[in-house]
Amino acid sequence: MLRPFVDDDGAPFFEYAARGELRMQTCAGCGEVLFPPRPMCPRCQGTEFAWKRMSGRGHIWSFAVPRPPLLPDYAAVAPYPVVVVELAEDRRLRLVGNLVADDDPQTGIDSVDPATIEIGQPVRVVFRDLEGLAVAAWTRR
Amino acid sequence: MTPTPLKDRAAIVGIGQTEFAKHLEPSEKALACRAIAMALDDAGIAAHEVDAFAAYTMEATDEVEVAKAVGAGDVTFFSRVGFGGGGSCATVGHLAMAIATGQASVGVAWRSRKRGSGPRPWTDTVNQLPTPAQWTRPFGLLRPVDEIAVLTRRYMHEYGMTREHLGNIAIACRNRANANPAAIMHGRKLTMDDYLGARMISDPLCLFDNCLETDGALAVVMVSAERARDCRQPPAYVHAFGQGLPAQHHGMVNYWNDDPLAGPSWTAAKQLWKHSDLGPEDVDVAQIYDAFTPLIPLSLEGYGFCGKGEGGAFTEDGALELGGRLPINTSGGGLSEAYVHGFNLITEGVRQLRGTSANQVAGASTCLVTAGEAVPTSAVLLRRD
Repeated sequence: MLRPFVDDDGAPFFEYAARGELRMQTCAGCGEVLFPPRPMCPRCQGTEFAWKRMSGRGHIWSFAVPRPPLLPDYAAVAPYPVVVVELAEDRRLRLVGNLVADDDPQTGIDSVDPATIEIGQPVRVVFRDLEGLAVAAWTRR
Repeated sequence: MTPTPLKDRAAIVGIGQTEFAKHLEPSEKALACRAIAMALDDAGIAAHEVDAFAAYTMEATDEVEVAKAVGAGDVTFFSRVGFGGGGSCATVGHLAMAIATGQASVGVAWRSRKRGSGPRPWTDTVNQLPTPAQWTRPFGLLRPVDEIAVLTRRYMHEYGMTREHLGNIAIACRNRANANPAAIMHGRKLTMDDYLGARMISDPLCLFDNCLETDGALAVVMVSAERARDCRQPPAYVHAFGQGLPAQHHGMVNYWNDDPLAGPSWTAAKQLWKHSDLGPEDVDVAQIYDAFTPLIPLSLEGYGFCGKGEGGAFTEDGALELGGRLPINTSGGGLSEAYVHGFNLITEGVRQLRGTSANQVAGASTCLVTAGEAVPTSAVLLRRD
């Protein structure tokens, strides 16, 4: 599987994820919450940031179910759903991630039957390991 | 200072293309040179008069190599436009601006690509992973089709678009290709049953929602309107041109703003129509970028052919077919003629205005050509005398 590339702007996201916290880049000057992370606040041009903790609640905004041709690691588990989750805090905060079975975040990305997924279903964040990096994933509560 | 609009000040006077195939033997560089030479011959302009080039940043053949092979003169303008297929019409727009402002007099834009026999860009996991890909690709949205599938499902949910609507688009393009001997899908019919029964590539998108994978090259030659009148072919004037990179846009993974379903075509359209004497109701035929079928409804809305959310329903009752409300992609487009990053849409737009299309729209005097929606994009409105 591909390991997410950790750049300067996004590094804190993964550091907090490793502690089991979903936090988003927030402008220290004006309070704007930003995703994806970036080096400047587009609202006030501030360059100082805090990382605000999110509730970890949201709903499925959309999803796709890829099938081959895919990279080998992904083809091996296809078809698998990929969801876009709109966070409860702000509709512009939509995280792409995997939906996993309720009781085991480390289960495969193909652990949920795509036929059971609907737009609007509520989800909550869980954290799982992806190639040695903690990433956010989602489970239906 | 009051700006002078670009309106009708430059024209496409030459078009050239190689054959299209899943695999062509010559290199991309060789194909590019052949297409450019054919376009110059079509225009009746000598190679040494060429003093401007424009291309996509993804174009692998470079100006130095092309210029020295085709025999260009001293080149005083060269420009590259980014974002894959979003740059197609901008190559024409940039040349038009260079010619209108006196930076150059004979411009060549081209695209040469061996996408049919070469690698798929998404398999390059080294160069494509940085921002914002690290937020999407590791979770399995690996390919452009996966990114668009997410937008498509949301669009279907919000506006009631059906798979049959997308099928209407695939079939309209295929019908045009069936009458175009240059098209890859010249001899191959597509029915709604074929469409609905096709294998999924990224649910809700199936095989026929995806463009072809093609080897081929194309080029256009541009000059000022004054010179165009003396050229061998009737001019296709660039009546209007727009580019669009909307505020808080994120490329094909445009999930992080208020309305991800209002893409760059809305921004490009605003600029396009601003200096145009014409509106969407005046467009006789359109060539709309079709790497994936859902880009058509998104573009129809952006360019003002229907209201927001009406793009699916617009495809009903043969609206996109010859004789319909807005015939589109009359060569077969990227879905059924060839996928060459949309450059074949430009050359087909020119043929429509010359009256030489294999699927001629009777009396066509205006043609909208658009570049890739869902990435920073561009469009030109072409017209004839």
